[in-house]
Parts: sequence; C-alpha cells; structure tokens
Amino acid sequence: MASDTTTRPAPPEQIQAVPVRHPGRWIAAAVIALLIAMFVHMLLTNPVFQWGFMFDNMFSPPVLRGARTTLIMTVLAMLLGILLGIVVAIMRLSPNPVVSGASWAYVWFFRAIPRIVLLFFCANLGALYGTYNIGIPFDHQLMSLLGLSGDLRFLGLDGNQIFTGFFAGLLGLTLSEAAYMAEIVRAGIQAVDPGQTEAASALGMGRGKTLRRIVLPQAMRVIVPPTGNETIAMLKDTSLLIAVPVTSELNFQLRAIGSRTFQIIPMAVASILWYLALSSLLMIGQHFIERRFSRGFGSRETRAQRSERAARTVGGSH
Amino acid sequence: MVKAEGVHKSFGSIEVLKGIDLEVAPREVMCIIGPSGSGKSTFLRCVNHLEKINSGRLSVDGHLVGYREKGGKLYELRESEVAAQRRDIGMVFQRFNLFPHMTALENVIEAPAQVKGIRKEACRDMGATLLERVGLGNRIQSYPNQLSGGQQQRVAIARALAMEPKLMLFDEPTSALDPELVGEVLDVMRGLAESGMTMVVVTHEMGFAREVGDTLVFMDDGVVVEAGDPRQVLTDPQHERTKSFLSKVL
Repeated sequence: MASDTTTRPAPPEQIQAVPVRHPGRWIAAAVIALLIAMFVHMLLTNPVFQWGFMFDNMFSPPVLRGARTTLIMTVLAMLLGILLGIVVAIMRLSPNPVVSGASWAYVWFFRAIPRIVLLFFCANLGALYGTYNIGIPFDHQLMSLLGLSGDLRFLGLDGNQIFTGFFAGLLGLTLSEAAYMAEIVRAGIQAVDPGQTEAASALGMGRGKTLRRIVLPQAMRVIVPPTGNETIAMLKDTSLLIAVPVTSELNFQLRAIGSRTFQIIPMAVASILWYLALSSLLMIGQHFIERRFSRGFGSRETRAQRSERAARTVGGSH
Repeated sequence: MVKAEGVHKSFGSIEVLKGIDLEVAPREVMCIIGPSGSGKSTFLRCVNHLEKINSGRLSVDGHLVGYREKGGKLYELRESEVAAQRRDIGMVFQRFNLFPHMTALENVIEAPAQVKGIRKEACRDMGATLLERVGLGNRIQSYPNQLSGGQQQRVAIARALAMEPKLMLFDEPTSALDPELVGEVLDVMRGLAESGMTMVVVTHEMGFAREVGDTLVFMDDGVVVEAGDPRQVLTDPQHERTKSFLSKVL
C-alpha cells in the first residue's frame, strides 16, 4: 500500500503563460469614470437642484397619499388586467371561431387606442348615458312585442357618479392592460409542450383541469417576465390619470408643488426618484414570483429534497 | 379487451391506417413492431381517442371508443365522457411527458386526486407505494429534471398505474433512452406483465417482444402484415416484408 502512494504520478504542471492584454477595457473604464465624475460634479455644484428643498417636500403628506394612490392603482389595474387577459387569451385559443374572433377583435381594438385617449373616454361615459341600468337587453322592444309596457331593469347607476376619478381610471387602464396581457398569456400557453396536454388527457383530466393544473402553471414561467415589464409600464402610466382627471396620483402632486413654488427641477427630480424607488420595489416582488414558478426547471434543491438526500446518504453509508 | 375492426385513419389526404383488425384478450401482452411511419403509434393513439378514427370500429372493454351506439346510429361522446373512458386506459409516452413543475410523487397523485377526488393522505400512500414498486421509493420528492431518462419513464409508468387502468398502452417507451437505461424500464414492464396487466406495446425491443409478449404484430404501411406467436414471427416470418424488416433490425 505504501509503495502505491509513492509511485502515484505527480499532478500535471500548471500552464504559465503571459495573459492577453486588454487596453480597450482600461480606456473604456477611464472614459466612463470621467463621465460619472462630471455628472456628480454637476449634481453637487448646480444650485438649481435645491436638494434641501427637494428632500423637505418630496415626503409631504399629499405626495405620500399620491404614492399610495399610484401603487394601489398599479396593483389593481394589473390584477384585473391579468385576470381579464387570461380570459381573452383562453377565448383566443378556443376552437369556436366566434369566440376566438371576439377575442381577436378585443385585442385589436384596445391595443390600438392610446391609454390617455381611452382614459379620457372612460371619464366621460357619464355623458353617453345619464344612468346605467342592469337588466334584460332590448327590454323595451321585447315588452312592446309582448304587448306590455314598462321595462325589465333592476338596478340603475348614475353615470356621472360612477365614471369619475378612481373608477374611470381603473376601468380604462384595466381594459387596455387586458389586451396586452392576453397576448402575453397566449404566448405562454402556446409555449407549453403539447405532450403535456396529451398526458393530462390520457390520465382522464378534462380541459379546464388540464389548463388550470398543468398548462397555466408551466405557462407562468414564460408569462412572468413580460408581466414584470407590464407592471412597471403600468406604474408609469398611472401618471396618465391626469386625463380623467385623478389628481391624487403621485406625479401630479409633485408637479403641483413644483408649479406652486416655481421649483420645477427639484420636484421633477423628486418624481424621478419616486418612480425609481417604486419600480425597484415591484422588481423585488417579481423576483420572488419568478422563483415560485421556476420549480422543476432550475437545479435548485427544495428543503424536502435536501432532507431526502441526507436520508439517502445516511442509508447508503451502512 | 381491445377490438379493432377495419380501423382507418387519415391525416388530410394521407391514409395512415388502412384497415386494422386486431384483438387483444384480457391479460394479454401484445407487442407491435414495424418501420417508422407504419402507423403503429397512430393506432395506439386511436385506442384512447387521442386521434379520431375515420372508419371502422374500435372498442375497449366492450365500449366503443369515443362514440355511443343507439338505435344503429353513432353519437359522439362529450369531452367529459371521453375523459371518463380514458381513466381506464393508461398511456406511457416515448418522451415521458411528465409534468415538470411537480415532483415525482405529485406527478403520480395528480390524476387520482384531481379526477377521482381521492383524499390527499390516501393518495400520498398510494403514490409512495407505486413509486416503490417501480424502484423509486427514495426519489419521490425529486423533480423530473433531476431524474435520469429511465427514472422519468418509470415515474410515468407509476403515474399511469395510479389511475388503476384495465389496459396499458406503451408508445415506444424506451426509444428516447440511453441504451444502458433501457433495461430498468423493461424490467418494470416485465413485472407489470407478470402481474396480469393487459398491455399493448409499440416497441423496437425484439428481446422484450420475444420474452414477454404473448402476440407479436408486424405493421407496415398502415396494415397488419403478420401477427402471431412472437417466437414464430421472429424466427420464421411468413411474409417477405416481415423478413426484410427483421433482417435489418435483428
């Protein structure tokens, strides 16, 4: 045994070579460092920035309320937009040509309308009809056909009251978002291997269960990253709510302070910082959602697997 | 168990099955061999209605596949009725088709829990037993991408067995596997055959067909060329086409 260790060949000699030089990298680094220095110098020396004034005002109560409205609106519009988008996407994949045609038309229409135009229109739905009734469609025609008078309406809502402010804004953003989400969800569903649906069918699972339990969870992996984009776009697009108008939103509040005090630049910078902070917050959320839906695709071990492997190694050492 | 009479299937203008007549008895293991494009996989997929046949009659356990006959007329079954028929027919695919977002155990218990509505704990016990039976009792928490091809295919077999099928269909179950992993899957299938399961196996494994199969069917160009006892078909083929095919694969 001892002779074995002495005759074992020495490890191969490491290669000693002069590495390739990269002067381009050093030049690029120097140029970028110079640009950063100039930028910081500008931030610190230009008196227009008024940093003290900005920090004093960017956390005032109306601004904080504005940030809350912006976040709530972003989350609600995205949630409703995603739900409606899933419905529209599933309709698009339906074998029924009427259903898939309707879905195509929805996406065609709402993707074509600029959000600011749609928001303005939603805000003025009160002018289209004074009251919005819930009941049987074409009830007047139906009743006169039957020789009766009266109507079949159960609930009346005042259009000028419901299509204002927050609700009109939420409606416009949701309708628009659903059109984009429908395309994202459709791409996700189509990215799932058809063999998955076949395997589920062969096990006797119905279409709905297959979609909910097998296809959508796998489609989510493809759906989540572009949905993160959409959410950040939505955060920024809440500033379009001025078209409704919803004045309690973040950007409007910051600009209002700027106009009132003639400190335009400090408040514009405050706006930039606020949106940076909020979108960073949303990106953290996206990270955790992505991790949730990548189960079975990465190489990470779950806690249950670690303990199972530990049990295996213990068992194997006997 | 399976009865096919004059089964035809076309994809567009291409006729893939040109009148198949086959019968599989309960507890019988039928192996189907033949060149690629001969229609053997298509036939298997017709048996659990993943493909619709164009003419002929195909029944499993005495029930027409995909149709109900009433007063000499055929009525298409609803989606839910087709799904109910498929519950009694297990299928194992060439490419496994495990659900990648679920662990081995979750793959196995998904259908019993979701379709039959069996309680979670009962499912877990049954799933663990089935995975034990295919030799994977220590990998129940692994995701499919952490398993080798042979292990994945064994999970797929356990998943199909979880629905307690009366008939198992295997569509080239070892064709996507590395050669050294083929044996472990065939062993599981052999055990299943010995337990009395009715099986239809589309395969290129002549050894398996000879040792385990009760009947060997040679298909070519959408027809059954020759069928009979595996040893006899393999050693003494009657038809020219069978001879030339076997001379290439044996």
